[in-house]
Amino acid sequence: MTLKKTLLASVIGAVVAGTTLLPMTASAETLRIGYSADPETLDIHEQLSGGMLRFSHLTFDPLVRWTKDFQFEPRLATEWEQVDETTMRMTLREGVTFHSGNEFTAKDVVWTIERLKESPDYRAIFEPVASAEAVDDYTVEIVTSEPYPLLLNLATYIFPMDSEFYTGETDDGNDKTEIVKAGNSFASRNVSGTGPFVVTDRRQGVRVDFERFEDYWDTESEGNVSSIVLTPIAENASRVAALLSGGVDFIDAVPPNDLDRVREADGVNLIEIDGTRIIGFQMNEERVEAFQDVRVRQAVDLAINQEAIADRLMRGFATPAGQFSPDGYSGHNPDLAPRYDIERAKELMAEAGYEEGFSVEMIAPNNRYVNDAQIAQAVANMLAQININVDLRTMPLAQYWPEYDTRQSDMAMIGWHADTEDTANFFQYLSFCIDDETGAGQYNYGNYCNEEIDALVTEADSETDLEKRNEMLREAEAMLYEDVGYIMLHWQNLAYAAADGIEAEPVVNAIDFPYLGDLVINRSDD
Amino acid sequence: MIAFLIKRLMHAILVMFVISVLAFAIQDNLGDPVQQMVGQSVPESEREALRERLGLNDSFLIQYVRFAKNAVQGDFGDSYFYREPALEVIARHLPATLELVFAATLIIVLFSVPIGVYSAIKPRSPISRLFMGISIIGISIPVFLTAIVLIQIFSIGVTVTLFPESTGWGAWLNAFFSTEGNMPSFGRGYDLVNVVGNWDTNLATWNGLQHLVLPAVSLASIMLPLFIRLIRAEMMEVLQSEYVKYARAKGISMRRVYFVHALKNTMLPVITVGGVQIGTMVAYTILTETVFQWPGMGLMFLDAINRADIPLIVTYLMIVGVIFVVTNTIVDLIYGLVNPTVKLTGKPA
Repeated sequence: MTLKKTLLASVIGAVVAGTTLLPMTASAETLRIGYSADPETLDIHEQLSGGMLRFSHLTFDPLVRWTKDFQFEPRLATEWEQVDETTMRMTLREGVTFHSGNEFTAKDVVWTIERLKESPDYRAIFEPVASAEAVDDYTVEIVTSEPYPLLLNLATYIFPMDSEFYTGETDDGNDKTEIVKAGNSFASRNVSGTGPFVVTDRRQGVRVDFERFEDYWDTESEGNVSSIVLTPIAENASRVAALLSGGVDFIDAVPPNDLDRVREADGVNLIEIDGTRIIGFQMNEERVEAFQDVRVRQAVDLAINQEAIADRLMRGFATPAGQFSPDGYSGHNPDLAPRYDIERAKELMAEAGYEEGFSVEMIAPNNRYVNDAQIAQAVANMLAQININVDLRTMPLAQYWPEYDTRQSDMAMIGWHADTEDTANFFQYLSFCIDDETGAGQYNYGNYCNEEIDALVTEADSETDLEKRNEMLREAEAMLYEDVGYIMLHWQNLAYAAADGIEAEPVVNAIDFPYLGDLVINRSDD
Repeated sequence: MIAFLIKRLMHAILVMFVISVLAFAIQDNLGDPVQQMVGQSVPESEREALRERLGLNDSFLIQYVRFAKNAVQGDFGDSYFYREPALEVIARHLPATLELVFAATLIIVLFSVPIGVYSAIKPRSPISRLFMGISIIGISIPVFLTAIVLIQIFSIGVTVTLFPESTGWGAWLNAFFSTEGNMPSFGRGYDLVNVVGNWDTNLATWNGLQHLVLPAVSLASIMLPLFIRLIRAEMMEVLQSEYVKYARAKGISMRRVYFVHALKNTMLPVITVGGVQIGTMVAYTILTETVFQWPGMGLMFLDAINRADIPLIVTYLMIVGVIFVVTNTIVDLIYGLVNPTVKLTGKPA
């Protein structure tokens, strides 16, 4: 609308004044963002975190990106084809320039993939990629060491960096390419990507300023945000207040307690999305003998009322889960619904010889997931009904993970988001038999082990026929459901809120990286 | 005087030493900084390598000696999150906190002295009782709540429809109790004036002052009732003393008795308590700054705790220790000025 009106106005203006006006794009708009965290660094390979990936989508473009319904959308790669079982050829977009002015070509993609393989945070994810090679300026071939069906999922993490800009030595003799964690490297202070926004000023922990990149390649995008001011506001209540008072236009992570308030407030809109992060509990089979008995594990699962937690405790801000994969993921099995049957749970406990119950310790964080400590408390109360007495300890994040790593409690809460947006990832980290060498089961707190499931998922991970692969993963979900290797609770929803006129709904997604380059602002006073 | 200052300098060094040892001793309980620096799926071997590089695997003694060696030369280590020397990070956040504390102190002084004196002179007047009642409530409301309520009233705005809108008085009362909001609810604003170095001030522009008001009022709200009551109690006691009675008997004007003779002696204990309380106020900035996203030391410290940013935590604690010593020193100096009979060096007079 704005665009049309502005064009119309300029045409009329041109006719009336009898002069030629420059073609005008939509009017300049500033977006003031209040996010719960700001990017930790400017080096997109230094840390794999939600904040960094959001930053990557602002200042860089990936080869492909996820759409709202988990399809791939071409960005810097326009076409791709599987040449043979292990090789994928990608055609790159032409006429793309970096913020520095350098032209984007295949060498930048190759350079970026090589750098990713050096990054401590990305190295493991990019393990399947053996090499990348530039065929010509706009064609690149990516070779995997074995047939690997998730190469496009990985390509969403390849944000080509300006290889020329990041090559060489700084004045004090450091390599510009180096990735230094929590250090002062060239890349952590300077940035040159192809993305819609350029960083103009940054005061860590206070604010980051962006301006729209004048030579941005995607001229078809209707996005009309000309500058962004990002202020990190970690405190939930303050972030909501900042939006309601008109101090910012767009916030993330609206807390469940404030959902109604934001929904009913004038001048702001709430945007809720079904999330993909599974929240649940793991049972420590090493410390509690009873948990080795599948009947006890089933009883625990049956005693927990997922629907009640999602409805009442989370106030509808969660989708009750019976499996790892949320709807939309390749391995989502529609047959697996959450179970709740307290009578059957008691029977199972009796059958297993634990009618009298037993006592367990439980740990949970209190500032990591939405309502985490309250959820743990609710689960503890539910387990009391089948005579499992829970001694619950909750603690802040900074203390929780070291405690979790020691595996010295009987039940532990963990939430997981699959970096690859794929089913297999959940299994590999949460339920695979622990193998320190390969890193499998790194977050398998309970030492749960079912080799059949592991074998099936591993096989699926080298199956390039996606239909077959999905079928295998659905089967794996069903097996885990029966064997109860993980107590599923729910997928935590996401909530953004935006002031009137900020058309954020089309650009936010379940992956939690808003594509702000395409954001349209249509303030009524224009 | 010089001997006194040197003595205080020694105090400061001793305080810093003790705090640094304590901070290092508890650092294992602060959490694992590496956990905050890597993605969730990063394998243990990578974490171990990072821990090794940061020197976190060394024993307490080795880590402390390494830290102390650098600290003596003014290098307190680099913050993990800011990737800069911790001292520089703190220096950058210090002005925001000091301005906030300054503004809050100003509010406290401007309000507590007149109200305290008034309610001491006229303890039975309804206004005095009202002030005393409010101050009791004020003392018992946590600063967090005060801040949120202030934001709701003055930033977001409230619409009151309690009274019948159809009647003239009802509409008037509704309008009277409703607020527009529009006061800034977070941050220092974008209209700061650079004074010198990294000190940007909020005090020079209208927009900057607007940003300062709510946080300063919240912070002042903790101490203000305390000071009103303190000044009132001290003043009432002084008014009973012999020399005040004598001054009255001599026929000196009551105004002069109250504000010159009595107030001066009232202020002695108030200054002592005030000095200690300003230190406490620095601690309360942690809460206030968090609610208002005020980019000062308090917010920085809370973030550092959440991230287990150990070098920054240790340095902050040491700096706060120094602030306590410095404010106490200044209090003692002022004390000497107000009451010349006090000898700073502590030698028998």
